[in-house]
Amino acid sequence: MQDLGIQVLFEGINFERLLKGLWISLKLGLISMLFSVILGLLLGCVMAGKNRIIKFLCRVYLEIVRIMPQLVLLFLVYFGAAKHFGADISGETAAVIVFTFWGTAEMGDLVRSALISIPKHQYESGYSLGLSKLQLYVNIIMPQTFQRLLPSAVNLLTRMIKTTSLVVLIGVVEVVKVGKQIIDASRYDNPKAALWIYGTIFLLYFAVCYPISKLSSALERRLKV
Amino acid sequence: MGDSILKTVGLTKSFDGKNPVLKDIDFSINKGEVVVIIGPSGCGKSTFLRCLSLLENIDSGEILLAGKPIGLDKKDIHKYREKIGMVFQSYDLFPHKTVLQNIILAPVIVQKRKKEEVNREAEKLLERVGLLEKKNVYPRQLSGGQKQRAAIVRSLIMNPEVLLLDEITAALDPEMVREVLQVVLELAKEGMTMIIVTHEMNFAKAVADRVIFLDNGEIAEEETPQEFFECPKTERAKKFLNTFDYETSKI
Repeated sequence: MQDLGIQVLFEGINFERLLKGLWISLKLGLISMLFSVILGLLLGCVMAGKNRIIKFLCRVYLEIVRIMPQLVLLFLVYFGAAKHFGADISGETAAVIVFTFWGTAEMGDLVRSALISIPKHQYESGYSLGLSKLQLYVNIIMPQTFQRLLPSAVNLLTRMIKTTSLVVLIGVVEVVKVGKQIIDASRYDNPKAALWIYGTIFLLYFAVCYPISKLSSALERRLKV
Repeated sequence: MGDSILKTVGLTKSFDGKNPVLKDIDFSINKGEVVVIIGPSGCGKSTFLRCLSLLENIDSGEILLAGKPIGLDKKDIHKYREKIGMVFQSYDLFPHKTVLQNIILAPVIVQKRKKEEVNREAEKLLERVGLLEKKNVYPRQLSGGQKQRAAIVRSLIMNPEVLLLDEITAALDPEMVREVLQVVLELAKEGMTMIIVTHEMNFAKAVADRVIFLDNGEIAEEETPQEFFECPKTERAKKFLNTFDYETSKI
């Protein structure tokens, strides 16, 4: 039978290794997302507040994160921190720090815009029914904020998972790196491996991100107010 | 004045600290009375209602409910708002809750009433305004007139001492105005105390026990509807009423 290159997937534990790599990618994405959601909620509330100085500082933070490529941030934390502060942090820790730094800014901005998009009248009709501030936020403002937030937060999660592939460049062995190792190892006896391996990685990312993105648009439709 | 339920003494309000939009307003409404406030736009009608529902801080003066000045304490303010119902121009139902949930929210969490009891009362009120079959739908599925009727029920179920209606038909299509005003007319018949800001002059004539003409932040005229609409005393009121009188104007 002619060599199609596909068998590289089933040689030894190659496929299992790819899945393990995928798990590392997912783990980095999910942990960073978890921190980003918690910190972003706080940041968003602060950004929607009235204090001008704090708002300005948040703005600066947000702009820095948006302007800087995540890769540069990764290098800065992984290599820069190690060299200048003698901090010995693993690639995975550096990745979680950077993605949380990035995700918090994005999430904060999403929370802020969801909060300020609630019309003033929602507050007023709540208050005029005699609700206290706490009752108003718990029953009226927060549920609507979450509704508006959910689709874009889920969207951020898929971006986060995709972006974790950058950690390859600071030596974290995730799904892309595993693929590269497999390709390198079978360079002589299977020169066509690259297509099959990267194709598989493509499908793996698709299998993870597509349902999430579908979920996001389904939520968007269902929660439309 | 007889049995004043809600009263203001020297109420003054400005948004910039300099130019008052309400100047020294002395106002009083008795239990069961319906007062309609009319006046040109920007005269302070809506601001007056917003002051009465404590959505705006007042610069000076006093608001008294059943003879007692309102405390500045948060608890007092919530207690007061519970007793003063407010319906807005833009309905402002809570979009994430069904009609029924919108209505029972405040009685259950503010007044701590039993859910079953509140549910029953809500259904009765919804039936009265012809919305019982809509109780489980979300506000976005309702027409403007239906939303406004639901909003009225939401205020009514709190058993307010006074109901404030702020241009409740101004955002509605003409054919829906009637269904909403009909509800208000019935409430008036039943003796609900109401302060109504409206631009519907025929409605004002029909519903009011007393008409207040507010102009430039002052009470310019205060009359029975018959007197006010037949022979307004001030020039300003005459001019204002003429703008509604299409027949005599030379179109």
